Amino acid sequence: MALQLEGVSRVVAGRVHIHPTTLTLQKGTMNVLLGPTLSGKTSLMRLMAGLDAPTTGRILWDGQDVTGVRVQDRGVAMVYQQFINYPGLSVYENIASPLRITGVARDEIDRRVRETAEMMRLTPMLDRKPLELSGGQQQRCALARALVKGAGLVLLDEPLANLDYKLREELRVEIPRIFEASGAIFVYATTEPEEALLLGGHTAALHQGWVAQFGPTPTVYRQPADMTTARVFSDPPMNFVSCFKEGHRINFGDRANAPADGVFAALPDGRYTAGFRANHLEMNKHSGQAVEFPCVLGVSEITGSETFLHIHHGDDRWVGLVHGVHDLTPGDHVSLWLDPAHVYLFDANGQLAAPAAYALDELKGAA
Amino acid sequence: MEKTVNNKAWFLVLPVLVVVAFSAVIPLMTVVNYAMNDTFGNNQFFWVGLEWFEEMVTSSRLHDALGRQILFTAIILSIQVPLGIFVALNMPKKGFWASVVLVLMALPLLIPFNVVGTIWQIFGRVDIGLLGHTLAALGFDYNYTNDPLDAWITVIVMDVWHWTSLVALLAYAGLQSIPQAYYQAAKIDQASRWAVFRYIELPKMKGVLLIAVLLRFMDSFMIYTEPFVVTGGGPGNSTTFLSIDLVKMAVGQFDLGPAAAFSLMYFLVILLVSWVFYTVMTSLDRAEAQQGESH
Amino acid sequence: MARITLKNLAHSYSANPKSDSDFALKEMDHVWDDGGAYALLGSSGCGKSTLLNIISGLLRPSQGRVLFGDTDMTDAATAQRNIAQVFQFPVVYDTMTVRDNLAFPLRNRGMDAKYIADRVAQIARMIGMEETLNRKAQGLTADAKQKISLGRGMVREDVNAILFDEPLTVIDPHMKWELRTQLKQLHRQFGHTMIYVTHDQTEALTFADKVVVMYDGRVVQMGTPQELFETPAHTFVGYFIGSPGMNLFDAKIEGNRAHLQGASVQLGAAYGPITGRTQIGIRPEFAVLTKGEGLPVSIRRVEDVGRHRLVRAEAAGQPLNIVVPEGLPIGADMTHVSFVADKINVYADDWRVSATSVERAA
Repeated sequence: MALQLEGVSRVVAGRVHIHPTTLTLQKGTMNVLLGPTLSGKTSLMRLMAGLDAPTTGRILWDGQDVTGVRVQDRGVAMVYQQFINYPGLSVYENIASPLRITGVARDEIDRRVRETAEMMRLTPMLDRKPLELSGGQQQRCALARALVKGAGLVLLDEPLANLDYKLREELRVEIPRIFEASGAIFVYATTEPEEALLLGGHTAALHQGWVAQFGPTPTVYRQPADMTTARVFSDPPMNFVSCFKEGHRINFGDRANAPADGVFAALPDGRYTAGFRANHLEMNKHSGQAVEFPCVLGVSEITGSETFLHIHHGDDRWVGLVHGVHDLTPGDHVSLWLDPAHVYLFDANGQLAAPAAYALDELKGAA
Repeated sequence: MEKTVNNKAWFLVLPVLVVVAFSAVIPLMTVVNYAMNDTFGNNQFFWVGLEWFEEMVTSSRLHDALGRQILFTAIILSIQVPLGIFVALNMPKKGFWASVVLVLMALPLLIPFNVVGTIWQIFGRVDIGLLGHTLAALGFDYNYTNDPLDAWITVIVMDVWHWTSLVALLAYAGLQSIPQAYYQAAKIDQASRWAVFRYIELPKMKGVLLIAVLLRFMDSFMIYTEPFVVTGGGPGNSTTFLSIDLVKMAVGQFDLGPAAAFSLMYFLVILLVSWVFYTVMTSLDRAEAQQGESH
Repeated sequence: MARITLKNLAHSYSANPKSDSDFALKEMDHVWDDGGAYALLGSSGCGKSTLLNIISGLLRPSQGRVLFGDTDMTDAATAQRNIAQVFQFPVVYDTMTVRDNLAFPLRNRGMDAKYIADRVAQIARMIGMEETLNRKAQGLTADAKQKISLGRGMVREDVNAILFDEPLTVIDPHMKWELRTQLKQLHRQFGHTMIYVTHDQTEALTFADKVVVMYDGRVVQMGTPQELFETPAHTFVGYFIGSPGMNLFDAKIEGNRAHLQGASVQLGAAYGPITGRTQIGIRPEFAVLTKGEGLPVSIRRVEDVGRHRLVRAEAAGQPLNIVVPEGLPIGADMTHVSFVADKINVYADDWRVSATSVERAA
């Protein structure tokens, strides 16, 4: 039971919302659509559901062409960012509504509603109206209504975005649990890279209507195929610096250079853009190979046990995330160290020329 | 890619098409027919082409009626729109009184037009009408059957009484949709009441006000029953507005040709103005949608 | 700029409050220092927006006084308090240009045109909107509109305090970074008292010098981000700050040891006799997987969050979260977990207990 998109695109009034995309989502997988607002996540989900018709391409469900089929006939469930429940019905009736439409027997309805309510921890609230519940409970009701159908494809469009931070954390732990129990294809849209990492499964990084990369989440995170994916899939944003490969060394400018080892050795000489994540900058020389970057501090922000440093390196503006509490003054000169094993090299077209050495080790270890 | 098209739907629409054709399209074509022909009755028609149209366009009688109509509509709009907005701004927004006031505001709109006319006809009479009698007792020389100015004032006040509620209710709905945060921000910015109205309330009400103006324009431009019941178009023809004149021509004088031509032109004028309003409204909508999208 | 004092302040939305639960804000005495950057942190419904609206005058408290400096402002209207507030959803005057939007508060007070022009230019430079000054405010993006709201708040030089009510809610995660840093820089540069309400701990901890945590209408702790992280005064603070929150275990405390179900743990200090329900709290960052030291642990799942891994496990009969830094292997032989002794906090009936003597762990 796989969902295949073949060359699917959507153009509305001359504007391209989705560029031609080919994707295959397998049965029983969690798939995350990650990207900033207006990158096309909702448009893509609507195409998958059948709410919109694609301008080109076809959609196949289990090998059959369902492109023209109405959404009501497709066995799809959708959960939205705004908690959408039938306000006049009780929670019980809300969850039962999709089953009543398909004419399931009454005891069967009762059994399935109670089972799903139990799974979403809503059993004490079955008689209440949705508007009497808290935000988290309303969203759980919407989720329960989506799941009780036993649909093969469950689409979640930023379902946790309107919830409190802590509530989001709690529901985020529950969603993988529910997903495992259901065996359907889950598609989850979000703007936060951390959510994608926590949910696991596969991730599609979207940017302005393009799917920049699709693959297992740790792979897309650790081996972004291009700078766009790297930017989309980093929070804090990935730092970039221009560098030059000459023979056996990579030159980062002002005497900072490192040996071109491992995968870097095979690259042709020339100009590259080096990318590295904020948490890989350190306040001291933590490894023999670490390269020093003298910077000027813009602002430092303390978050409990770690510190965000907003720094200027020449014209570059970087963000560093270092351990410990460092209360520094803006304008201070600080030196930050970077291990070249954490550096990604991107070529002039923004494509990944060589992944970071540590990433390859991690991926090998996880395999 | 196409969605599967279900052609059976067209059969369901067929009865509606037949009814509309019968009651609207065919009669309209008949009017066009009359407008281009001359007839002496007996269903004998002689083609005259655009002769009736020419006659109507140059007729001074038509020009007078048109002048009166434009003046009437202008006065009506200039009173009802500000008054409606003013009333809406002062209507309570929530609580028990909000519902009471809403019902009171809706009442004038529910009265059938000829009943409205009758009410005011009696109301304004000097002998048995409350208004007429009171005004006479106060020393005013008020008589809407004899004095054109009094007739105009009566008709205008009647229309304001009848229709201001519509503008008020529409404006009220527009006001309700303004989020509290705007008012709070205005308080913080130390804005005066006038500034709040001008920069927050009026812009947000733009959409509904346009609808209100469109509706009031159309209705007042076509007004027939109320003034006819009150003044019959008189005294003389001082309150003979366009549609009253048209009916006089068609039914009274049985000049079907000119009347048909007249009514077609009338129809086209209203269509044109409505089209202008519609274009403005949808371009506003599109601008708002684009603004929403840029979030 | 002013120091804001709340005296015996409480608020109930119902006319005749009878019990504690009728109060959205329970009685409190609180001082906000002049020029401080504060965050009001708490989950929905904890009373933080109520408190903010009382300070700004949009809500009149049912009990207590609000003082600006030494002047009692409880009955003063919002316009008189000279504060600025930035709301959750960007409020801009659509019909005006950006320039007019920024000038609006000054024009309302009848300032002279030259002064207004200079001030608007200065503020526009500060928020980075100099180029868009002549554009209509209507068509701009959400973050641009929020910047305008912010600018409008700062354009008055004598503003007493700037209040933020979850201002970054509609902003994209990528823009959130920029705006937060700008807010911090603005605070450094101008020194206004700033109070920032949010339910997002990252926003609160990064913005504020002092964070006020609220729970159920009460101020539960006020302290620096580090204090809240390392020594949360209430179990709620432990749970709310940190992602994931603090791990809590029911335990019996004896001297410098805590007895959990099936094991005992060394504490960083000795405690006298404690009454009430006793618990120990340890943050996931301070729990370390070991090969044999500490409590036996069973690992349920490992989640990769990029820069570290989250281990969801169970120890002493209760769930336990552990943060393992990137690069550290989690072998099958990691069967135990040990807690860093001087990072363990002891709680009685949800409130933190201080030690009677502190023993430095060897």
